[in-house]
Amino acid sequence: MRISALILQRIAWLVPTLAGLVAVVFFISRVIPADPVSKLAGETASRAQIELLRQKLGLDRPLLVQLVDYYRQLLSGDLGTSLFTTRPVWDDLFARLPATIELTVAAMIIAVVLGIPLGVVSALYRNTIIDHVLRIVTVAGLAVASFWLALLMQLFFSMDLGWLPLQARITGFPPPSITGFYVIDALLEGNFTRLRNVLAHLTLPAFTLAFPALATVVRFTRAGVLETLQKNFVVYQRAMGIPSGLIVWKYVLRNSLISTVTQIGLLFGILLAGTVVIETVFQWPGIGAYAFEAILQSDYAAVMGFTVYAGVVFGIVNLLVDISHAVLDPRGTGA
Amino acid sequence: MKTALDVLRKLLHDPAAAAGLLIILLLILTAIFAPQLSTHPEAIWDMNPRQRLLPPSEMYVFGTDRMGADIYSRILFGARITMVIASVAVGVALLIGVPIGLISGWTQNWLGEALMRVSDIFLAVPQIVLAIAISQTLGPSIENVILALSITYWPWFTRLVHAEVRSLKNETFIEAAIALGVPTWRIILLHVLPNVASPIIVRTSIGMGFTILTASALGFLGLGAPPPAPEWGRMIAESREFLPEAWWYALAPGLAIFLVVMGFNLLGDGLRDVLDPRIRRAGARR
Repeated sequence: MRISALILQRIAWLVPTLAGLVAVVFFISRVIPADPVSKLAGETASRAQIELLRQKLGLDRPLLVQLVDYYRQLLSGDLGTSLFTTRPVWDDLFARLPATIELTVAAMIIAVVLGIPLGVVSALYRNTIIDHVLRIVTVAGLAVASFWLALLMQLFFSMDLGWLPLQARITGFPPPSITGFYVIDALLEGNFTRLRNVLAHLTLPAFTLAFPALATVVRFTRAGVLETLQKNFVVYQRAMGIPSGLIVWKYVLRNSLISTVTQIGLLFGILLAGTVVIETVFQWPGIGAYAFEAILQSDYAAVMGFTVYAGVVFGIVNLLVDISHAVLDPRGTGA
Repeated sequence: MKTALDVLRKLLHDPAAAAGLLIILLLILTAIFAPQLSTHPEAIWDMNPRQRLLPPSEMYVFGTDRMGADIYSRILFGARITMVIASVAVGVALLIGVPIGLISGWTQNWLGEALMRVSDIFLAVPQIVLAIAISQTLGPSIENVILALSITYWPWFTRLVHAEVRSLKNETFIEAAIALGVPTWRIILLHVLPNVASPIIVRTSIGMGFTILTASALGFLGLGAPPPAPEWGRMIAESREFLPEAWWYALAPGLAIFLVVMGFNLLGDGLRDVLDPRIRRAGARR
């Protein structure tokens, strides 16, 4: 199959999958509802007032009609209005997107930049003390509750040692908004005090968010390198007297990385799921923290908007991963 | 065919897997004998304002919480909640996911295709995102957490079983059974199912760990069992406003989650090595 055909096929699947996702959440939420209308109307509202509000919000119509309506609304780029911020959900999400992207990208960089070398080292020194330590850390990374790890990090690095700020993206005023990413904005501004401030705030949440992803990268890289080291071409290169550093870091790594690229989709899922709790603990004003507030307020439209956002982002990332995998390793796309 | 005893013997030879098994056994015993093991079983639900936020001592091994309850005792009772949520959620996910995987893997027609597309829908977002959306609309309770977790976890079993069945279907012994006119349900139950049991068992162990983590995150977000229940995730959430002074408050429940999830992961890895040598130890995990 050609790559363009693959892309088209994946996009063609993405749309009905997302539509199905919306329908699933929609029906579950409407069949067994914690009535959001009466909550919104307040405790003093009379039954008639509640019904009036229900009609005004269109929640009194048949479910299928509401679902079709919701689809129509989504297609026009409208995620509905948050019941509590009273702003369009899309505006809320969009305003908070840079914070989440900044955190997620930072975590992804940490996971990949630290994880790949650690995985290679773990494979090269297989069954030595280094390998055992790394394996214990990676098993731990997949077992620790990230919100708990976040609290421990805060407890140790901010409250006890006082090295890093406890929460938020910055102290004082944010840099002039150009891209919305504080790191980039501070760089563009050339204000290095502010840059240091921003980076200090980023460190703890990014490392905490990265930890399970990091563990995954180390595990995969280790397995990939161990497998590649058995290949004939490595034996041949060794026999040729090519320095083992060159063999490992150039040829072996390149071959093992194909599978690592595939894992980026998985990593992204781990990070996306992590943002809700990590942003909540670190008061990071991103989409994850928004979702948490929406949960607290039973803000139905906002929770739904977050779900759709997650589905779209996750779908696009997986699409990109499939494409890059097809480009890097055309063997798999034959069928 | 390996017997259960064989598998157990091999597991015990792997120190990591044996440790995992030990942790899980301890968890089960803790859940069953929580009232006997706890030092203050009566104080789980009561308020004791005078014993509020006491640091760990001989009397209160892990200290006390904001209600003045003994954290050690609460953790023991929390093991019950954890075990019930994880085993029922994974059990229901198995009951939904495995039959659907068998059908879709075996039939390979429009029905199988449609079932797989449906399972794709549930995999379109990370599990916790969908679980949040579901349990948020249902309201916080143990039953709703279980429901949200089973609805979001079954597709993992479906995918696994689907792939296994598809490759099994081309095996000679299955073709032979078809040619002999063995009824389809007999083939599936007696020939296919036993051969996909190993990966299902491995996935179940790892799924238990993963489900406990997700359940605790839901509890932390306030979507789990409602307040006085000693749910580990919620205990950590409650501790936040008393940090850094009451550091013990957050420490013990987090360690409990960590240990238990670690136990299931180690056992899962060990089971994979014993039961399913084709898959590398470092394979994908969710």
